[in-house]
Amino acid sequence: MSLSPVEGIALSELTPIEDEPRPVDKAFVGRSPGQLAWARLRRDRTAIVSGVVLAAFFVVALAAPLIERLYGVGPQQQFQDALDSYGMPLGYAGGVSGPHWFGLEPGLGRDIFIRMVYGMRTSLFIALAAAVITTLIGVVAGVVAGYLGGWVDSVIAWVTDFALAMPFLIVALAIVPTVTLRFYGPREPEPQWFRVVVLILVFAVFGWTSAARLVRGQIFSLREREFVEAARASGVGLGHMLFRQLLPNIWAPILVSFSLAVPAYVTGEAALSFLGIGIVEPTPDFGAMIFRSISYLQTDPSYVFFPGVTIFVLVLAFNLFGDSLRDALDPKSSR
Amino acid sequence: MARFLIKRLLSAVLVLFAVSVLSFLMFFALPRDPVTGMCPKNCNAERLERVRKELGLSDPLYVQYVGYMKGIFVGRDLGSAQGGRCDAPCLGYSYVNSEPVTRTLSRVLPVTLSVVIPAAVLWLGLGIGLGMISALRRGTVFDRLAIGFSLTGASLQLYFVGAMLLLVFTYTLHLVPVPHYTSIFHNPLDWAGGLVLAWLALAFLFSAIYARLSRAQMLETLSEDFVRTARAKGLSKPRVYGQHALRAAITPIVTIAGLDVGGALGGTVITETTFGIQGLGRTAVYAVREGDLPTIMATVLISAVFIVAANIAVDLLYAAIDPRVRLR
Repeated sequence: MSLSPVEGIALSELTPIEDEPRPVDKAFVGRSPGQLAWARLRRDRTAIVSGVVLAAFFVVALAAPLIERLYGVGPQQQFQDALDSYGMPLGYAGGVSGPHWFGLEPGLGRDIFIRMVYGMRTSLFIALAAAVITTLIGVVAGVVAGYLGGWVDSVIAWVTDFALAMPFLIVALAIVPTVTLRFYGPREPEPQWFRVVVLILVFAVFGWTSAARLVRGQIFSLREREFVEAARASGVGLGHMLFRQLLPNIWAPILVSFSLAVPAYVTGEAALSFLGIGIVEPTPDFGAMIFRSISYLQTDPSYVFFPGVTIFVLVLAFNLFGDSLRDALDPKSSR
Repeated sequence: MARFLIKRLLSAVLVLFAVSVLSFLMFFALPRDPVTGMCPKNCNAERLERVRKELGLSDPLYVQYVGYMKGIFVGRDLGSAQGGRCDAPCLGYSYVNSEPVTRTLSRVLPVTLSVVIPAAVLWLGLGIGLGMISALRRGTVFDRLAIGFSLTGASLQLYFVGAMLLLVFTYTLHLVPVPHYTSIFHNPLDWAGGLVLAWLALAFLFSAIYARLSRAQMLETLSEDFVRTARAKGLSKPRVYGQHALRAAITPIVTIAGLDVGGALGGTVITETTFGIQGLGRTAVYAVREGDLPTIMATVLISAVFIVAANIAVDLLYAAIDPRVRLR
């Protein structure tokens, strides 16, 4: 399943490590599977580049207030005097200039660069939180269903079918405003964190099924192995069996699925904001920015361009890194 | 096989039942009182009360649910304000659109079908073809390009691709008209011209995923013993790759294709919003904003039916492709 351009090299370099201890002049070094994976990851050029890009995104997101101070412009600051009488930014490429690196928003005249820095923060936080929660729920449900089988498995499989049959976007469209109105009346201002929490919960409710299916399949194939039988014969409890015996054997696919879930939630959150039910103004957010920018497609195309390209680079880096991680953790799967 | 099919159908019916109950309950909790959405102008207390009674909104929930389900299977009488007798399949009357929901659906469903079906043909053909060829020519320039294509496509967003396509082909080069829908029976050329950008955007993003998947599957199959045996027997390359290997490699792709096509038929919300095409997805979004309960219910149910039907179709296809499934 690898798309890494250096897979051939990585594999050929690996072979000596995997070989049985053979007469070598150097001392034989014992390495844990984790150390092996780390060594493979470090040798993968794609992994290094995408990892550095991702780290840069995270640093930018974490250091947003610091960047704001250095950059000298806040996310809510408006620069009306840099817009023409139609509300369009003056100058080329949507008002790109020394003080405004990516130009200004038409209409409100806010700085696009600093809004993207803060938007990264919102997006990454929601995506990471959603990925952690869905992976946790999915792993527990999958381990239980896969090991116990029988009616527990049937129920969980059915709930998975059910969650798949609900049209996610339409249901999310209905849930988000409903929940908001239940907690805050139509006139009360909704705090910024509330919408973030609602979005994470919506993703959690719908997103755990894919991790559950993955883990269930893995557990199925482990269930009949000798070490499981041995543990069963020695009379271990269910919790010990599930989380001490079975789970440590499948952490690699879980880690890979987690690393691929994060970009899925970044784009999912952007899609919800694009439909107008994600993050609300004035909180800076990628999806909301793209949604606003679409109506300026003809008059100010660069406003569409900057957030669109940034989210592309972010998701691409995540996907590449996830692929490399898969290769590093499971060299057999890479071809 | 028959037992498997019956079990599958039963579980599908159960899923649809649960979806209908849950969406019924959930959308009754919508922020807007359904009645105010249903008589937008000169509403007084008396009229509101009449509408409420006509809709049966004062009945207990389960009575309303039974009435709704009865309407779908045998039809029911909705009262004079809602167009009187409503034949099966009756999905209720929308006050927002001032027409029975079935009429709205018969208008927007062809739009979504026209967007999804040609796009699906494109993305499946392009994706599987690319994946297969790049697996057979592994390591060549073509393979590298195909990998780049699929990585780019898998990381792009539909609203962004759509916006760029619109900007280049419609607003700058004026090659393609602004996206719109005309019936294929009315004017096939205009039908294709109005939707071609939506097809391209969908096909680009989806075929990337399929190219990636089918490449991996094909590589795995090519290393199997039966492929070598077939070659050793002296079968020609096209025959081994096109028939033996393809058949084994395609099963997991069928699963994902079923889910994707089924999901897309239930409303390509983002695509329709990006291109401003009034299909099922946009109708659903509009209905949620307006609190148009009967339309929301109908769109959710139809999407669920599509997904469940696609799942069953996948199972049947599996049995056709993989003989081991039939034996079970």
